[in-house]
Amino acid sequence: MSKYITRGILYLFMIAVAVTCLLPFYSMIITSTHTNSDIARKLLLIPGDQFMENYSRLKESVNIWRGFANTVFIAVVATAINVYFAALAGYGFSKFNFRLRNGLFMFVLGTMMIPGQLGIIGFFKLMESLNMLNTYWPLILPAIHNAFGIFLMRQYADSSVPTEILESGRIDGYGEFQIFNRLVLPIMTPALATLAIFSFIGKWNDFLTPMIILFDNNLQTLPVMIASLKSQFTSDFGAQYVGIVISVVPILVFFAFMSKRIINGVAAGAVKG
Amino acid sequence: MGSKINKSYYGYFFVAPFFIGFAVFGLAPILYTLYLSFMKWDGFTDPVYVGIANYTRLLHDSFFYQTIGNTMIIWVMSNVPQLIISLLLALILNEKFIRGKHFFRAVYFFPHMVTAVTLGVIFSLMFDWQTGSVNKLLMDIGLIHDPINWFNSPWWSRTIASGVIVWQYFGMNMIILIAGLQSIPNEVYEAAEIDGATKPQVARYITLPMIRQVILFVFITSVIGGLQLFDAPLMLGDGPGNSVRTMVMYLYEMAFKNYDYSYGAAVAYGIFVIVMFFTALTARITRTKE
Repeated sequence: MSKYITRGILYLFMIAVAVTCLLPFYSMIITSTHTNSDIARKLLLIPGDQFMENYSRLKESVNIWRGFANTVFIAVVATAINVYFAALAGYGFSKFNFRLRNGLFMFVLGTMMIPGQLGIIGFFKLMESLNMLNTYWPLILPAIHNAFGIFLMRQYADSSVPTEILESGRIDGYGEFQIFNRLVLPIMTPALATLAIFSFIGKWNDFLTPMIILFDNNLQTLPVMIASLKSQFTSDFGAQYVGIVISVVPILVFFAFMSKRIINGVAAGAVKG
Repeated sequence: MGSKINKSYYGYFFVAPFFIGFAVFGLAPILYTLYLSFMKWDGFTDPVYVGIANYTRLLHDSFFYQTIGNTMIIWVMSNVPQLIISLLLALILNEKFIRGKHFFRAVYFFPHMVTAVTLGVIFSLMFDWQTGSVNKLLMDIGLIHDPINWFNSPWWSRTIASGVIVWQYFGMNMIILIAGLQSIPNEVYEAAEIDGATKPQVARYITLPMIRQVILFVFITSVIGGLQLFDAPLMLGDGPGNSVRTMVMYLYEMAFKNYDYSYGAAVAYGIFVIVMFFTALTARITRTKE
């Protein structure tokens, strides 16, 4: 009997936490479908019919879908670059016994200790002098250097890429980069997928860099647009809520389909890290 | 075998892009920031060398000390409950009899998928004292008579900022802890069961010691991440009397709002020293316990 009581308590706790997780999202979706005067006066629990009204006011001054598309573009390109170059270096550290290998690898790991904001002012000024302000280059190109990704890829190449493949490739007359691109990359796909998840989430959430680098509203990313909603729609809460709904619901749908892969990827990456 | 040794130097080509990328987008900005921290520069006129004036100013800047304190307070208020909740949930979800494991894991992880900025805005709207749903709810169930002006109180503001961070990270850390728990071989539990150990005993004497490394990993990442809090608190504002302003928010305000780039650079190095100090301290404490 006491066993069932303990289990009941555990389930209650789990459900309570789950409800706390989801309630703010529910409240946000419901609130976005009501008029401003209702939002100000009542606790709203059931959907209303004002979503399109609120949406059209939001659209008049904020091109939120453009921001969405911009963020997808930046995140996809940066993730592709990130994953490819991490695999390249991870494989290089794993399979080539060059003289400075260990020293350079320690250096790569050491760069992980540097806090992200240390160089942000210098980064801004450097991008200004390279005429890269208000372009996507400063958001995409730094993806070339990702120490965590290299660490992950080296682990995978050590354990799962057989050295015989390299040798057979050389016998077939492939160059070293051909071997990597044609033979090794396909074998590394599972690790590439894990790293891609990390990288995509990170880039999707990137906020400080686009905020200081981009000035043009049509180039801006979704997080920065969301951040400016409050000052743009001071008392128009309906429009603010619609903006948040647009930023959350597509992720909710994507996550509903991909949650198993994403969570397994995070778990796999963390255990290796 | 001979061909392999000849090819070794190719490794440099494979790892070179990382070092070039780091030199240009990582190291150069860091060194440039260091150079700026010894200058006086507003971004318009030419920089003038001022020696350590910016650092002297930093050492006497009570606003900066306040942001250190705020960051620590928010770190403790968010990470202590967050680590406890994620550890508890990880232990529960690792039990065999629990059903719907994947559903719960997914629900708990979901807030981590949503941009920190969005989470911050959601909370600031929910706790808005006139139109927010939290006050409405509390008034409807009769807990309070008049709306509470949450963001007018330093401690409520800090609690809400910490709440956002708990909400954002507990699912992520829970997933990492579960991964650690699943690496414990089943035989250990079977042996404990034969010896007649109770569930809490197993958790206390077997499970927790065996995932110590994973707990430490989660702890150290939360120290490093917690000291760099920025996105979500920025959405809640500085708070009354700047009580929610974190170190990185101060850096941002100095450099990109007041256009005092050179002083911002000194703040950046101040933050760097503090982060390094606490990282080393954490590593030290965890090592002496070994």
